[in-house]
Amino acid sequence: MNNLIVSTSPHMRAKTDTRSIMLDVILALVPTLAAAVFSFGPRTLLIVAVCVGTALLSEFLFQKGCKKPVMVGDLSAVVTGLLLAYSLPVSIPIWQAVFGSVVAIVVVKQLFGGIGQNFANPAVTARIVMLLAFSATMTTWTPPLTADAVSTATPLGLISAGNVSELPKLKDMLLGLHGGCIGETGTLPLLLGGLYLLARRVISWHTPVVFLATVFGITAAFGAMPVYQIMSGSLILGAFFMATDYSTTPSTALGKVIFGFGAGVLTALIRVFGSYPEGVSFAILLMNILTPHISRLTRHKPLGGAKV
Amino acid sequence: MPIPAEVFIPMSMHIGAPAKPIVEAGSEVKVGQIIGEPVGFVSSPVHASVSGKVKRLEERVNSAGKLITTVVITSDGKQALYEGIKPPEVHDRVSFLAAVRDSGIVGLGGAGFPTAVKLSLKEPAKLETLIINGAECEPFITSDTRVMLDDTSSVWEGLLLLQKYLAPPKIIFAIEKNKPLCIAAFKSLANKHEGVEVMALPSVYPQGGEKVLIYNTTRRIVPEGGLPIDVGAVVINSTTLASIARFIKTGMPLVEKCVTVDGSAVRIPQNVIAPIGTPLQELFDFCGGFVSSPHKILYGGPMMGISVPDLAEPVLKITNAALAFDEKDAVQKLESPCIRCGRCIENCPLGLMPAEIETAFKKGSGEDLELLKVNLCMECGCCSYVCPARRHLVQMHKLAKVMLKNHLEGKSL
Repeated sequence: MNNLIVSTSPHMRAKTDTRSIMLDVILALVPTLAAAVFSFGPRTLLIVAVCVGTALLSEFLFQKGCKKPVMVGDLSAVVTGLLLAYSLPVSIPIWQAVFGSVVAIVVVKQLFGGIGQNFANPAVTARIVMLLAFSATMTTWTPPLTADAVSTATPLGLISAGNVSELPKLKDMLLGLHGGCIGETGTLPLLLGGLYLLARRVISWHTPVVFLATVFGITAAFGAMPVYQIMSGSLILGAFFMATDYSTTPSTALGKVIFGFGAGVLTALIRVFGSYPEGVSFAILLMNILTPHISRLTRHKPLGGAKV
Repeated sequence: MPIPAEVFIPMSMHIGAPAKPIVEAGSEVKVGQIIGEPVGFVSSPVHASVSGKVKRLEERVNSAGKLITTVVITSDGKQALYEGIKPPEVHDRVSFLAAVRDSGIVGLGGAGFPTAVKLSLKEPAKLETLIINGAECEPFITSDTRVMLDDTSSVWEGLLLLQKYLAPPKIIFAIEKNKPLCIAAFKSLANKHEGVEVMALPSVYPQGGEKVLIYNTTRRIVPEGGLPIDVGAVVINSTTLASIARFIKTGMPLVEKCVTVDGSAVRIPQNVIAPIGTPLQELFDFCGGFVSSPHKILYGGPMMGISVPDLAEPVLKITNAALAFDEKDAVQKLESPCIRCGRCIENCPLGLMPAEIETAFKKGSGEDLELLKVNLCMECGCCSYVCPARRHLVQMHKLAKVMLKNHLEGKSL
């Protein structure tokens, strides 16, 4: 007997694995976290820790309870926790943040089969649930660089209400020094993370570029301050980090373009015509639902493949 | 390398019917002597690679799991040449093809399709482009490169022979860009000659895949179920060419092979010209033995190579590499769930959708597999290679092909 392993080809694998991909996403979200702590103070860290911790714990408990293999080590729950935390106002009550994280991991992700099987983005869906359930606390905005919780308006709220003169300066928009959710305000740090993901080829350019361009184009057509639109709300976060989620968006290049375009149209329509000032989450969720159909319509034609 | 004490020559080292052994235990054989006759059209003769005595004929399980008659020859160390060896008389297309058949030459890129069968075109006028595959099929392997550099003249003569007897209007010599010496050598020859173009292609696996190579050189797409000749192309490996030229010149059939010996467990990686039938153990011993205990031995490269269960397995006609990996490289990581990242889809050279094929396979849906064209898969391994969840996509494709076949048979009943 010898100890030779006999297996099918290939006998060599690339280094990138699920965990390293998730680590890249986490790394890409770090600049935003730093900017958020600067803008909104140390409570930011508490919210992030609560969301990430709850996400990990609920995934672990669910998998244990169902006697499934425990896979928290792939770090996907950390990404979900971070993205959810980034979509919450810094003043959100802790128990609500915990509730949202459990919804994201247990209801949206694990009940549908866990990583790769869920059809809706966990963080996006949980945020929508929270927005509907806790409308008041989910729309109480703390102004940046202050300790007091006097409420302020978001740029989108201002545009929506027609108070254009009160909009923050563009420089503050870039750095995130305006009212909004923890990880949505800093355009610059978010873009930095997005570019990192593009450079590492964790995501492709199709969805974010088409998504942003579509929102820009439509809001420009309606004269709704397109530059502010791009930098406001969860558009950058959504376009680079949520609309590029693997399991809930199409995997072909054409599919990604369609997804980005659809999400852009829905976002712009909700923002311009809807009663909510913000529409990115709804747009992404609606496109998540369409994803299986987009995938079916954008199947590749293989090299030389005859028609069936 | 030194002549091994014993060689093990299977009657099937090619695609098609195994050859019929025409020697028996006790027969004296000499180098180049025919020991297995082809059976039928798609078959190939087999020749002795050493001189000596046939020890026995045995049934051995080959790497595809089939029982194959294998002639075991004890070498007398003299390497005496067979008297019957003389350059074949070649004066036209028919006699050229007959000679190629007698040479026992098969596609040396790895597929082992009998070369004479490939070159016997039903409608020779359909041939527009002869493509010489100098792309080297896989990482690690450099045996074709070695042949192109060390025996440039044979490769070139082989090309001229095919130009003479097959009369293709155009010949493209495709070489990957990471072999500048080969490109330079053949460019200087082609410059002085009509009808041959040397094309430098990016070094991207699987550049040497037939359909991929045809597309990248001619922009033509071989249709599903079709052959390269359907788009006017024939692809032939550079080492195969050299073997043809040698046979036409000397009459010596295919009895030895340039093999890349490499991998993390090999002490002195190198290219070795080995008699066909040499046990892998002796090949590795010649290369300084193992640095650490090998945990996986491959025929061929790491992407499509076949892992062998035993070091007693012989070097075959189609063996372009023998790789040995240590434990670290041999043990594969565990599968985890598909995260639908789409890397397999992005990287399939044929534009297939492995992730979707897997879903269809798990559903047991022959219909979906038909739509997704799993039958086109050439099992190059790119999808499995890039998969961050380490899914066994190629293996699943192989199974899915069987499922599709059963589905189609069920439909036609």
